Amino acid sequence: MPRKATSGQVFTRGMWRENPVLIQMLGLCPALAVTNTVVNGLAMGLATFFVLFCSSLLVSTFRKLIPQEVRISTYILIIATFVTIADMTLEAMVPEIHKALGAFIALIVVNCMILGRQEAFASKNTVGRSLLDAVGTGIGFIIALLLMGAIREVLGYGTFVGIPIYGANYEPWIIFILPPGGFFTIGFILLALNWWERRKLERARPGEVPGRIAVERAA
Amino acid sequence: MGDLFWIFISAMVVNNFTLFYFLGLCPFMGVSGRVYTALRMGAANIFVLTVASICAWFLNAFVLPYAPYLKLISFILVIASAVQITEMTIKKLSPALFRALGIYLPLITTNCAILFMAWTQANRGYNFFQGLAFAWGAGAGLTLALVLMASIRENLLFSKVPEIAKGNAIVFIIAGILSLAFMGFAGLLST
Amino acid sequence: MSGAGAGNGEKRVLPQAPEGAPPAPEPKEVPAWRLLLTLGAAGALAGLLIVFVYQVTQPRIQAYKAMMLRLAVSEVLRAPARWDTLYVYEGALTATPPEGVVAEDTVFLGYREDGIRVGFAITGAEPGFQDFIELIFGYDAETSTVIGMKVLSSKETPGLGDKIEKDSAFVAEFEGPEVPLQGVKAARATGAANEVDMITGATISSRTVIGIINHQLERLGPMLEAYLEEAS
Repeated sequence: MPRKATSGQVFTRGMWRENPVLIQMLGLCPALAVTNTVVNGLAMGLATFFVLFCSSLLVSTFRKLIPQEVRISTYILIIATFVTIADMTLEAMVPEIHKALGAFIALIVVNCMILGRQEAFASKNTVGRSLLDAVGTGIGFIIALLLMGAIREVLGYGTFVGIPIYGANYEPWIIFILPPGGFFTIGFILLALNWWERRKLERARPGEVPGRIAVERAA
Repeated sequence: MGDLFWIFISAMVVNNFTLFYFLGLCPFMGVSGRVYTALRMGAANIFVLTVASICAWFLNAFVLPYAPYLKLISFILVIASAVQITEMTIKKLSPALFRALGIYLPLITTNCAILFMAWTQANRGYNFFQGLAFAWGAGAGLTLALVLMASIRENLLFSKVPEIAKGNAIVFIIAGILSLAFMGFAGLLST
Repeated sequence: MSGAGAGNGEKRVLPQAPEGAPPAPEPKEVPAWRLLLTLGAAGALAGLLIVFVYQVTQPRIQAYKAMMLRLAVSEVLRAPARWDTLYVYEGALTATPPEGVVAEDTVFLGYREDGIRVGFAITGAEPGFQDFIELIFGYDAETSTVIGMKVLSSKETPGLGDKIEKDSAFVAEFEGPEVPLQGVKAARATGAANEVDMITGATISSRTVIGIINHQLERLGPMLEAYLEEAS
């Protein structure tokens, strides 16, 4: 690994390889709670993106002025401000979606992904790189929410973004829009990712991985 | 009285914070490996929820009517400070209790379950006692979910888990099944 | 999982630490006034931003809430020409809100174009199958009949319990039955004037809706009549 990530890496790694939700398991609560439709997932993703982007901008701009001792309080203050703004703006512009997301908009404040990016990246890097990082991570978060939302809406309502995709005889798989469906969906996505990861390993080093499994099984 | 009981049971099982609102998933995934740790985590949660509930009630009754737009900021700051102060007080007064709960307290302050509880309590306009019933119900529910999960995971150590399901995947699927089982509590208290 | 997350985080942070390494001018001793100044400045900025956005968005939010209320009242009172807002205070209805006290309840009294009263719109909430069901219903106190019902918010099971708001046949059951309402299973209906057919598979949700209306009328009914007598 190079000593310093290139700007391209800073931008793209959050999207898939270090996806905040699917790989790092951050921000799980909104990712499971409001993804019963694609539109709700997208709205939550965009609101989080907005908060992450603005917070990174402020934190990286003032990174040299914020003393170590009060940095966490300052970050939380900054994040809470933008969440309040996002909350009020959503309520004014799209009240229906605001009602569907409910208290989970306020909970963006405690989304560890946002505080984590401030602490790990924005407080140590230039404004430009911090914004690249924020955009990359934010897009990664939106991708994860859209994926969850698409799976759950297609199975649970039989629609995609509100458009029916099966015939009239489709009996919706209601469990997928209920809370258990959220757990099952992310569980199955992780299964698929693990399977894919292992297949890649096996192809890269034939023979080696099965051997390791055998050892693990025996132990 | 019946009202308080309904609030408690609703928050504990019918609308369990972890299994229905996906709150407090970080500790749920992180410390649900052993029943002993899970119990302590649950106790610490109940404690912080109680402090947060009192703070939220105070803010909601005396401060927010004058400045509704400060709701989120005041909640997060006041709850975090209150927990920090209580933590220091416990450390002084009862080192034993501090050792039991200590390391979990700072973790919990940023836990989404706390903020959700305070936020919902304020939105529903609960009074002081209703707020406490809600907080304790939520805490009992979190503890119940944590302990259930931990006891399943302790037994999981002795079973053959498919290679690709190891790690988080199996935990999520078990959580899904638990959540499904908890759906059976719906309708428990309606007349 | 937390292990994986932390691992990733470290890998990512470590290589960059030297590059962006904050100059860390005085890591040992930062004067207290600087800490206070930082927090104060951040707080002031936050307050300014929030108040500004609040001023901009609040009119729209209020307008939307007023519109939703107007829609709900018109629906359950069959589009009255206008209505008065009445406050429940110390066991009676009053048109002037009590000063400084939160009213226990508010009801709306609708009038037709020619000034004839249509009825009261009353809200209520009780625990249903999953969580609270909140609804508004129209009530004609002179004939003791329900005029209409609309669910304002509920979290009932999609496909079963949520029929209380989405099943138009069930909602239509509340156009004209006498009170106190009596919920019956469709097969056992006798055609009595106070019967409401419940939804198959959502008995608890249906019963809650009926219960909310009955309980609210038990409590408020005498006050509504007293108010009408006084007014006429």
